[in-house]
Amino acid sequence: MYEGIVQDLIDELGRLPGVGPKSAQRIAFHLLSAEPAEVRKLVHAISEVKEKIRFCEVCANVTEDALCRICRDPRRDPSVICVVEEAKDVVAVERTREFRGRYHVLGGAISPIEGIGPDDLRVRELMTRLSDGAVTEIILATDPNLEGEATATYLARLIKPLGLKVTRPASGLPVGGDLEYADEVTLGRAFEGRRLLDV
Amino acid sequence: MHLELLSLTDFRSYSEVEIQLVPGGCAFVGPNGQGKTNLVEAIGYVATLGSHRAAGDAPLVRLGAERATVRAGLVRDDRKALVELEIVPGKSNRARINRADVPRAREVLGLLRTVLFAPEDLAIVKGDPSERRRFLDELLTVQSPRMVAVRSEYDRVLKQRNALLKTAGATVRSGKGDLRTLEIWDSHLASSGADLLAARLRLVAELGPLVEKAYDEVSAGGGAATMNYKCSLGPEAALVPDRDLLSAQLLEAISAARSQELDRGVSLVGPHRDDLVLQLGPLPTRGYASHGESWSYALALRLASYNLLRESGDTGMDPVLILDDVFAELDAERRQRLARLVGTAEQVLITAAVPADVPEELAGARYDVMAGEVRRVV
Ligand SMILES: Nc1ncnc2c1ncn2[C@@H]1O[C@H](COP(=O)(O)OP(=O)(O)OP(=O)(O)O)[C@@H](O)[C@H]1O
Ligand SMILES: [Mg+2]
Ligand SMILES: [Zn+2]
Repeated sequence: MYEGIVQDLIDELGRLPGVGPKSAQRIAFHLLSAEPAEVRKLVHAISEVKEKIRFCEVCANVTEDALCRICRDPRRDPSVICVVEEAKDVVAVERTREFRGRYHVLGGAISPIEGIGPDDLRVRELMTRLSDGAVTEIILATDPNLEGEATATYLARLIKPLGLKVTRPASGLPVGGDLEYADEVTLGRAFEGRRLLDV
Repeated sequence: MHLELLSLTDFRSYSEVEIQLVPGGCAFVGPNGQGKTNLVEAIGYVATLGSHRAAGDAPLVRLGAERATVRAGLVRDDRKALVELEIVPGKSNRARINRADVPRAREVLGLLRTVLFAPEDLAIVKGDPSERRRFLDELLTVQSPRMVAVRSEYDRVLKQRNALLKTAGATVRSGKGDLRTLEIWDSHLASSGADLLAARLRLVAELGPLVEKAYDEVSAGGGAATMNYKCSLGPEAALVPDRDLLSAQLLEAISAARSQELDRGVSLVGPHRDDLVLQLGPLPTRGYASHGESWSYALALRLASYNLLRESGDTGMDPVLILDDVFAELDAERRQRLARLVGTAEQVLITAAVPADVPEELAGARYDVMAGEVRRVV
């Protein structure tokens, strides 16, 4: 244990995802010996995102304005919506350059163990978006793991009565994985070969 | 296949040990508590990534050490492989194959095949149904490492569904719940349950006759040992190992059990509720069989497993047979009989407290095990 505020810093860093106690300590001592200007830049960047970043009113992607870059872009096809779990999955799909439609970020996946049901996700907002008739295809790009599959099946059954085309990226994504970690070639291929969901 | 090298660092009672092994019989001999079972446990760990007697990894690491390392040199036909595992409790294992890191320790599954009989196996015959399900499922994963994924998927579905059932009952009764999410988990349970169930049914059909034969040989005509798969689908269900059929049957049974499941908040249908009923003549072994009969039955289950793997495996993939503390329990005649039965195995590893417990037929190499040291003496 270190004294007071040094230990506080280590504890705070250790709470970040992917940072264990050893790395937290290493980062803390790096910051202690870094140039004050460098540290101020980091502090500034962190408080800027907290102040300025919000969630897009339409799709819940991260944005600095009311609408995200993609929802504002008139060249993006409004008839296709790609449903993903997290905003970071938007980045993953964008990297493939295969998709020219719009997104909908659910904010997670159905997982009773964690107490997450459909009401805790942005499902109602999705259904509202689908009700005006502009959308003709939904791509359910939730993670290729059990919870992602369950969420996709749930949504597919919910959307079925609307008569829209519902597809899922082709298998070939590593099973049990996260969309975010799929490389862009694999993910791009999965989007190209998406299959109709039959539920 | 056989092992030519076992080397341990901070595994159980061993701080450092390296043993050269030979095909045929290898006997580890030494007084109680000297570390004989620890050796064969390490070998079993390389094959299954689990211990046959401890639930977690913590007991496998030597008291006071941070991590344990197990290295095993395998020989299949003329090809060799070196498997290295680092066990750190609470973290995922690290593995190397032929000195190259592999992304997941799971990749070593399937390289070494073992069948291990130990006194703990009495629990398969005398214990709860979960012991017998585990026996079947572990044998399935030795047969086909793909089953590891099938089992863990099923476990995960079951956990999710049970979590939902715990809250769903109240929601449904209060009138505001909807069963749509539950139906999603129903279909996942049915489809991954069908995978597991189909595999178990196929296994039981193959194993049954081999168990009967092995029991007859071990017990010298002690009665007909039979086994029946008892399924949560009910005694009338036609159990054909076809996953589509089983999936449909499971789905139907799940919806029939709906209100009962909502009341009790647990999944009542699926392979996690099944049992393998073992019988001797007309009587079930559980609650009826004598100690000696139960013991012979457990041994017969392992010998049958060995024979099944041997028959169905590729050439050169004969498992390494491990018999921990077996011979002391047998009289002279049965000892001879068992020795002849296993004498054709490519490699048999035996532990015994005294040299006299090792049958003549299997006396290949002998190692003395004493206070964490292993020395080849014959
Ligand atoms: N994690 C550990 N650290 C240190 N010692 C351990 C550890 N786990 C087990 N031991 C010791 O190993 C010994 C047991 O070894 P083992 O079970 O291999 O004995 P054995 O030779 O098979 O004896 P028996 O003939 O009674 O079956 C015990 O003395 C136990 O205290
Ligand atoms: Mg022992
Ligand atoms: Zn948006």
